[in-house]
Amino acid sequence: MALVSTAVLVTVVAVLVVRSPGWDEVKQAFFSREQFEKSFPDILSGFWTNVKIFLIAEVFILVLALGIAVLRSLPGPVFFPLRALAVIYVDLFRGIPTVLVIYILGFGVPALQLQGVPISPLFWGAVALVVVYSAYVSEVYRAGIDSVHPSQTAAARSLGLTHLQGLRYVVVPQAVRRVIPPLLNDFIGLQKDTALVALLGVVEAFRQSQIEVAATFNYTPYLATALIFVLLTIPMARFTDWLVARDKRRQLAGGAR
Amino acid sequence: MVLVGLALTTLVLALATTAIGGPAAPAQIAGCGKSSLNLVEDGKLSLATDNPAFDPWWSGGSKSKDWELNDPTTGKGYESAVAYEIARRLGFTRGQVTWKAVPFLRSFAPGKKPFDWYMAQVSVTPERKNAVAFSTSYYNVNQAVVGLKTSSIARVRSLAGLKQYKLGAQVGTTSYAYITKYLRPSQQPAVYDSNADAVAALKNKQIDGLVVDFPSTGFITGVQVPNSKVIGRLPSQGAQEVFGLVFQKRNPLVNCVNKAIRALRNDGTLRRLDVRWLGKTGAPILK
Repeated sequence: MALVSTAVLVTVVAVLVVRSPGWDEVKQAFFSREQFEKSFPDILSGFWTNVKIFLIAEVFILVLALGIAVLRSLPGPVFFPLRALAVIYVDLFRGIPTVLVIYILGFGVPALQLQGVPISPLFWGAVALVVVYSAYVSEVYRAGIDSVHPSQTAAARSLGLTHLQGLRYVVVPQAVRRVIPPLLNDFIGLQKDTALVALLGVVEAFRQSQIEVAATFNYTPYLATALIFVLLTIPMARFTDWLVARDKRRQLAGGAR
Repeated sequence: MVLVGLALTTLVLALATTAIGGPAAPAQIAGCGKSSLNLVEDGKLSLATDNPAFDPWWSGGSKSKDWELNDPTTGKGYESAVAYEIARRLGFTRGQVTWKAVPFLRSFAPGKKPFDWYMAQVSVTPERKNAVAFSTSYYNVNQAVVGLKTSSIARVRSLAGLKQYKLGAQVGTTSYAYITKYLRPSQQPAVYDSNADAVAALKNKQIDGLVVDFPSTGFITGVQVPNSKVIGRLPSQGAQEVFGLVFQKRNPLVNCVNKAIRALRNDGTLRRLDVRWLGKTGAPILK
């Protein structure tokens, strides 16, 4: 029955689309096999730039964000300035649209013409992504840290560990495990946002497709780019599913290993 | 009294219309009567260009908040002047021409176009003709390179000399195609969303040379980046690059507009407007 209803729905939608008055034009503009084959290799080589950006940025994001989350979790009045700093950072960079951060850092900092400060758009684009995504990811970490039961911290302290040692050996390892799915969620977001670095002049997959679109007035290269991004994120999503399932299995198995 | 007032108003309006309409209506083009044209809005020419509209293609400044830099309704600047000349040949008064701001990348989007024609220095290429209709050329264009006077690129005298530099252009322009097809520099060229971003990159020294069509260099070197200069004009490669008006595909209006453009070329109007608005030479052609 599910099969029948799905088939009916798909057929109705397909017929509606194909019989719409603009279909021939849309087909020519978005689904041109010739344009697809012509643009795909160039877009794929542009995509390598995206891959480099998100792989390098992700490393810095994971470290920086954990630092911010830890700062936010420091107890006691003495650490208030550090906590406040972390809160301000997160509020600020989660609030500003990523595009603006990229524009401001990518065009603004090089305009200062400071000696020794890099002017590479790739560098500043990646920095902007690190700055923005660290704010998001630190919140994910914080949620993970908060989800670890307080008795764990108390137990760590009673064993003679300092607060930081307790975080390092007891709380953070448990917290990170719990937040792997949302971390990967943000990682996928980062992958897609690498396209924004194009604004600074970098030719990556999206920009390459835009170039091809404008050269031919045909939109098929956009579809090719979309396909490449999806092909990367789907295996990633399945990998996350597998990680979570494995973790669950181990927890349910219980006992020492 | 009211009657006299009305009569006066009518008279003033009539006079104003004549004044705006310019000299007496020119000879109509056979078979292209105003009422027979295929238009977005009957009795009106709905035209579109990019916003901001840059000098020297558009000129005269802007008092309207809808338009940055230049308002296309001024009739000043090469493209604005050509648009109103074509409109006049087709029998439209200035008041019957309306303008819309449409970004370049939207000008060729599939579907019904909201304009009769689009003009924003769009180059005609065979591939683009699959998606839109173009008029015949209203301008034959050369590309040029702009660089900072303080940079070593300022001393380049040949096409081969440009190879070692970081060049940049606006996305989707034939300027970019020229870099990758004919200059083939050793560093990957940078590509920007807008002319303004590309100019900012030049100022920041993120690129050494900016490739644009030659007439646009005047505004860059004169206003946007005062310590820059035109390194040189780039020779045409292959077919001469031309600017054409963009129409909905299969729009019969193109035929009448082409007749109007031919008339403007034959009676020397295009040449006159070219000298008036774009008439600047001097930069060497690089070989």
